[in-house]
Amino acid sequence: MRIGVFVCRCGTNIANTVDTEAVANKALEYPDVTHATDYMYTCSEPGQQEIQQAIKEHALQGIVVAACSPRMHEATFRRAVEKAGLNRYMFEQANIREHCSWISSDIEANTRKAMDLVRMSVEKLRFNQPLFSSYVPINKRVLVIGGGVAGIQAALDCAEGGLDVVMVERESTIGGKMAKLDKTFPTIDCSSCILGPKMVDVAQNDNIHLYAYSEIDSVSGYIGNFKVGIRKKATYVDWDACTGCGLCTEKCPAKKCYDRFNEGLGTTTAINIPFPQAIPKKACIDADYCRYFTKGKCKVCQKLCPTSAIRFEMEDEIVTEEVGAIVVATGYDLFDDSVYGEYGGGHYPDVISAMQYERLLSAAGPTGGHIRRPSDGKAPKDIVWLSCIGSRDASVGRPYCSGICCMYIAKQATMTRDHLPDCNCYVSYMDIRAPGKNYDEFVRRAQEEYGVQYFRGRVGKIYPKGDRLIVQGADTLLGIQIEIEADLVVLATGIEPSDGARGLAEKLRISYDDYGFYMESHPKLRPVETNTAGVYLSGVCQGPKDIPASVGQGSAAAAKVQALFSRDTIETDPQVANVKEIACIGCGKCIDVCPFGAIQWKTLRDGSQKAQVLETVCQGCGLCNATCPPKAIQLQHCTDDQILAEVNALCG
Amino acid sequence: MKSEAASTPEQELRIVGFLCNWCSYGGADTAGICRFKQPTDLRIIRIPCTGRMDPLFAVKALIYGADGVLVSGCHPKDCHYAVGNYYARRRMEVLKRFLPFIGIDTGRFRYSWVSASEGQLWQQVVKEFSEQIHRLGANPGLHEKIDVEASLFLF
Repeated sequence: MRIGVFVCRCGTNIANTVDTEAVANKALEYPDVTHATDYMYTCSEPGQQEIQQAIKEHALQGIVVAACSPRMHEATFRRAVEKAGLNRYMFEQANIREHCSWISSDIEANTRKAMDLVRMSVEKLRFNQPLFSSYVPINKRVLVIGGGVAGIQAALDCAEGGLDVVMVERESTIGGKMAKLDKTFPTIDCSSCILGPKMVDVAQNDNIHLYAYSEIDSVSGYIGNFKVGIRKKATYVDWDACTGCGLCTEKCPAKKCYDRFNEGLGTTTAINIPFPQAIPKKACIDADYCRYFTKGKCKVCQKLCPTSAIRFEMEDEIVTEEVGAIVVATGYDLFDDSVYGEYGGGHYPDVISAMQYERLLSAAGPTGGHIRRPSDGKAPKDIVWLSCIGSRDASVGRPYCSGICCMYIAKQATMTRDHLPDCNCYVSYMDIRAPGKNYDEFVRRAQEEYGVQYFRGRVGKIYPKGDRLIVQGADTLLGIQIEIEADLVVLATGIEPSDGARGLAEKLRISYDDYGFYMESHPKLRPVETNTAGVYLSGVCQGPKDIPASVGQGSAAAAKVQALFSRDTIETDPQVANVKEIACIGCGKCIDVCPFGAIQWKTLRDGSQKAQVLETVCQGCGLCNATCPPKAIQLQHCTDDQILAEVNALCG
Repeated sequence: MKSEAASTPEQELRIVGFLCNWCSYGGADTAGICRFKQPTDLRIIRIPCTGRMDPLFAVKALIYGADGVLVSGCHPKDCHYAVGNYYARRRMEVLKRFLPFIGIDTGRFRYSWVSASEGQLWQQVVKEFSEQIHRLGANPGLHEKIDVEASLFLF
């Protein structure tokens, strides 16, 4: 092999503390090096041309550039050598800036170190092989998991671009948490008025296929070619026949069922449609409450249904969909406020969560939009909001800020003053966090125009007195103890990842943080991608955010999918594991350790079992390589030979 | 081990670093960008993930005369490949216990977790480990006492 070495001076960044000329001269002594020089800015246009010229003049077959970190310019130089006709993997970069010239001012030691680093790169390069990408076709369908506002936005944007969308929603209707809200901050838009039309669009768009009351059962495959098993949970109603007339829900005798949509504030029937604007507007039987399922006889709905849609014998069904990309928009759940025993959430009927209060405010809620205490149905005279319930509190394992509570408290207090002008509204807060557009103005308006009384501090205890509640706490700004007699206490519960988020992450092979929020590929520069190619994030599943941010991320995820699908094939990274079949002993250890399911069995003609790498799934971590007992599986471009060549260059 | 006379503090020793591309290699870059001064003994080999780290790389380096081996990767739970560093952690722990059996001081080997943003931590790790290796002095030279090629056959 004929190797060329180019030592970059990087202006003075390297040349000040490394004798680049000496490094280049020394490089000529290394095996296979036929050309070595130093240059002012190797990454510049003329610098790259110099490399390309040298490749032609000296018939070079491999290039080492000693310059900055490969994390910075490896792609630049690979393109440059490729333009000169070399394979882009016949290139190595020695990091003599970040790891050498910048961390010591000892010129002699740095120069020695730079020589070693160049030597290591040369020795590795001698084992490099040209690698070639393969191209695989893309299945231009997208799966959206979750039918909240983030998922709806992603689905609509994709469908508008002409893509086939498969949407999977766990509940029997799409709409997510936003559908439960009465109004949205800071504009006091009616939530269902702005979300409703979008939900209808999903139902009416021919490009969107909606699986409601369904969950993801399994995911296999890779970017461009995922195979997804979807479990259609038994609704006990034939949705093709059901017209959503609602007769069954009127006549169902099991009337005291927990109303999930209304957060348990009211009751509902065992066969129900969650709310009037539900999409799809189809009935669904809750088997935990249905008299037929619990007691063995009833079937009133079956007798009444005008279209004979009831199917008590229905079972879960698994359907398989093939898609090319996946948008995860699984949203959030709310913190369980009963963890704070001192506040009596779940114990005192008039201590409710903010989402329950939202249902009280809603015209479609259990009280028809009139604010009434759950205990006795009276209109409250004094309401206290407590902020940061399950936010910014390490003692309950939720040290992060949920980001939306300060704003929805201001909204709910404002709405309350509108509904009940005589009602006193108190807010206990830690800090007010209102960093969005028009957000702080909104909070100020609640305080100044609506007379909501904010006090900074923490409430220590809530206890009943007669039919009212005593809220005891401290105002830390005034430095006094506070005691408020309230009719109703609203706990501003924070956000936590959706129930089942971790299980889904494991099916999708994406990572999640300590709390279960999905990890983006880069916190700043790749906020929508995950580390599994072809899986994108949208909405609160990635971290707490409000509606505008969720919608924004939904559109961003859709844009990523559109960009991926604008090509017909995808180029695979050839730096993947490769099995030398003759050495493979078929132990299957690589299959066990692979975090991506990228290795599968392959049966040869003689019947023996060997490992086979799915190039498109392999992410190139090399875990299999380190695991393989006979070292039959090798990570291309980072083989054992290459690493040991570097070790030998140092210790030989 | 107590051959301090053999090495003066000025004498440069040979430390081989195996750093994962996503976290620690980036952390070392960050330390460079921030100009955090470090001892110059370390030479870094870039690997995609600490899960790629075959313990034999460390053993071979030490047998061939490296004075120290440092492995560093993403913090547990932060692995770019989800679980690679968990495998690495187990392997490195086993390796640590194995080293005395082949006559290598455990102090010559260390693994650490440094993220791409922790330049300062990286500086600290390099300083501490380099000082430790200087205290241990040059590798007494297992490679001179045994037939390296023959013994490597055993692995």
